[in-house]
Amino acid sequence: MSVDLSQFIPSFLEESFEGLELMESSLLDLEQGDDETINSIFRAAHSIKGGAGTFGFNNVTEFTHLVETLLDEMRDGRRKIEQDDVELLLDSVDCMRLLIESIRDETECETSKIIETSVLLEKTLAADGVEVSEAITINSSDTVESKTDDSSTWQISFIPEHHLVQTGNDPLLLFNALADVGEVTIVACAKDLPALNDIDAEEIYLSWNITLQSSAEEDDIKEVFEWVEDECELIITKEELSNGDLSIPELLTEPASLEEADSIVPTPTIEVPVQPTSSPSATNTDKPVSKAKTELGSIRVGVDKVDSLINLVGELVITQSMLSELGNDFDLSKVERLNSGLEQLLQNTKELQESVMRIRMLPISFAFNRFPRLVHDLSKKTGKEVELILKGEQTELDKTVMEQIGDPLVHLVRNAVDHGIESAEVRIANGKPKKGTIMLDAYHQGGSIVIEIKDDGGGIDREAVFNKALEKGIVDEKTVLTDAQTFDLLFEPGFSTAKEVSDISGRGVGMDVVKKNIQALGGRIQVISEPGKGSTFRVNLPLTLAILDGQLVQVGTETYIIPLITIVESLQPQKELINRVSGDMVLYRLREDNVPVIPIYQLFNIPCEFDNIENSLLVVVEADGQKIGLMVDDLLAQQQVVIKSLNDNYQQVDGISGATILGDGSVAMILDVPGIITMALAQAQLNQQNRSRLQPKITQSISEGVNS
Amino acid sequence: MDIQMLAEEVPVEGEYSLEGVDFITSGEQYLTFLLADEQYAVDILCVEEIRSWENPTRIPNSPCYIKGVINMRGIIVPIVDLRMKFNIGEAVYCETTVVIVLTVETEDKTRTIGFVVDAVSDVLNVEANEIKPAPVFGGCVPQSYLDGLVNVAEKVVTILNVKTLQAVEKHQIN
Repeated sequence: MSVDLSQFIPSFLEESFEGLELMESSLLDLEQGDDETINSIFRAAHSIKGGAGTFGFNNVTEFTHLVETLLDEMRDGRRKIEQDDVELLLDSVDCMRLLIESIRDETECETSKIIETSVLLEKTLAADGVEVSEAITINSSDTVESKTDDSSTWQISFIPEHHLVQTGNDPLLLFNALADVGEVTIVACAKDLPALNDIDAEEIYLSWNITLQSSAEEDDIKEVFEWVEDECELIITKEELSNGDLSIPELLTEPASLEEADSIVPTPTIEVPVQPTSSPSATNTDKPVSKAKTELGSIRVGVDKVDSLINLVGELVITQSMLSELGNDFDLSKVERLNSGLEQLLQNTKELQESVMRIRMLPISFAFNRFPRLVHDLSKKTGKEVELILKGEQTELDKTVMEQIGDPLVHLVRNAVDHGIESAEVRIANGKPKKGTIMLDAYHQGGSIVIEIKDDGGGIDREAVFNKALEKGIVDEKTVLTDAQTFDLLFEPGFSTAKEVSDISGRGVGMDVVKKNIQALGGRIQVISEPGKGSTFRVNLPLTLAILDGQLVQVGTETYIIPLITIVESLQPQKELINRVSGDMVLYRLREDNVPVIPIYQLFNIPCEFDNIENSLLVVVEADGQKIGLMVDDLLAQQQVVIKSLNDNYQQVDGISGATILGDGSVAMILDVPGIITMALAQAQLNQQNRSRLQPKITQSISEGVNS
Repeated sequence: MDIQMLAEEVPVEGEYSLEGVDFITSGEQYLTFLLADEQYAVDILCVEEIRSWENPTRIPNSPCYIKGVINMRGIIVPIVDLRMKFNIGEAVYCETTVVIVLTVETEDKTRTIGFVVDAVSDVLNVEANEIKPAPVFGGCVPQSYLDGLVNVAEKVVTILNVKTLQAVEKHQIN
């Protein structure tokens, strides 16, 4: 009986990619050099090698073996950690990634780079005086055949425990692996075989005696059994030595994968597949497991999160049974109990929902992890010294958002290194430290997450941007642009002010894509730049894409939803606190603040019940540090709403972030508060321009009440 | 009735009637509808469903012919009044006013939009060679929306291009 190993390949791939990431980040840290780091790199490489061996991905095993040997020498202190070696190891990590990706995509990978790197690795290994204990070539089986002269005979007794196959091990694969080491003769021993009706088809009852003719050392043979040594009785004896009392070998080490997994994630984790799959035993034997593709991802979720989910489900079940018991013989005297039961149900549902949403949240370090390497490579390529500072890596973000934001961030960081940071000479001439700094920061702000990419470079040259826009015909000479508007030009397609096109950036493709991607996620990007001091790209993203707490408001016959998180307070305006300034702007005095009042009906051109500020209600909202008062007719309920995109069948609408379906089946628009502020600003500017030509309008409907 | 057996009996081409059921196996089918008293048609394969008129939720600052959005089984579907868009007849909403919901797959996604028309009339069978190019003379409907004309008895039916119908013009405030 054989277990279909292919079902474990996705987990192998996932662990390998994690291992590679760990190797990469540790290698970058290694520059300072310490034992624990090199050990963790070694362990990661070792478990990739082991896993690849189990599944028969020989090219990965062979390549990783070289890497491992080099790492081993470093670990033992036989080799000094040189910068060149670290670079070589980083390249090797790239190669391993290529190899593993090719397994995942089931494609042939490009071998030239891998061969090149492995030749380099071998050279490095050989150049050093240290004798490499094992013969290393890309094709190990050739070696074995060529050196049969000093072969010896090994007797191996392999008595697996009954449940061996259930842990994904297959004796046949082990024997095949042994056959690679040397010539084998295998005799199966069936003395433990129970009667036919006692046989459990998923257990293994056989044991084997193996005679191996090989030049290999004992360690090499043990290595074949490395993954099963906990689950079998293994006796290896050399024929020449007449002593048969060589006992079961000591366990060499704990399987490396356990330690490695612990070092990646501090809290214990379990795997929760995103898509429901049928129970593994059903897929075990009879049908081939469908090939896992990249999009079928899984999330690692902390056990604490799962535990809290289980608790909540428990409470939900209790509430349910209470309610159903209540319903058995219901009369009016029990209304109160029904109400409290429903209340409890509401609470449970809400908490459950929050917990489920939390499962999709991952710390943003998942997206940030790739940047140290990126900046390292870029600074080498551009010859600029750049230090990368990561902040707020524990900030949690929805998995979907995280996946989508990776590429735009890479682009922005790349730009910061290439365009932002000046060359060392320029920096010194400007009295700045020689080493440039790029800071990546993530933090929560209200209902959104903010990611900042900040450099201390030369800032954006406003004039160059304007001239370029002129050249492209986007603006004409008379146009007067604010800073923000100027920087917005950077996101026009095909816009680049770089004097030279380098292979890193400057072709002008990208920034428009960056903006598009961010907008597709319902986010915004903002540029702040000070000449000589540097620039900041601030990306605002919604925390989650699905659900939002909303305040329903009524304007005329329409119902709108204001995200609860943006609301500072709602109030009934008092006449004395309404002020009219600079012609037509209405301000409301909210304690110390003067809050500009924006009538929604005017902004959206809809009829409403109260066009006078005194009779309406004011919802004070805040976005981007700006408070405004939205004039509405009435406040309705507060409820959670599921966000539906207007983009799918229509297009983005200014001032609206999406729509939702209310309890009665009707559609309501969700207000985009920052968008409304931008709109109001734009309208104010337009009014100002008109006014410079026309006489100012004396009466403004909403302020009539103030003047009379 | 065994559908499989029936299907085998139906000839490959031409119209065929069996127990009062019409089988049409050639040409393209179009759904015809009325705007004022003019007949128009769209490819029937694009028609998702035909709904009665209900008041949609307005989209702020949208052109007047975009009436708003409705909830169609959890999907937000915008509603375009074709009479207002093409300036044909009067946009009154009565019992026969219906919304034809059309779905078109563009490069990477499907787009569903509802169109308000005065009434739905018939299903039309048209061979490709029966469709004649529309003459380039004025008219309310821009040329890009027209796929051609078909003569049906004494009347002329205008076939509209669903893809262009679906392309929503970018609109800005002010």
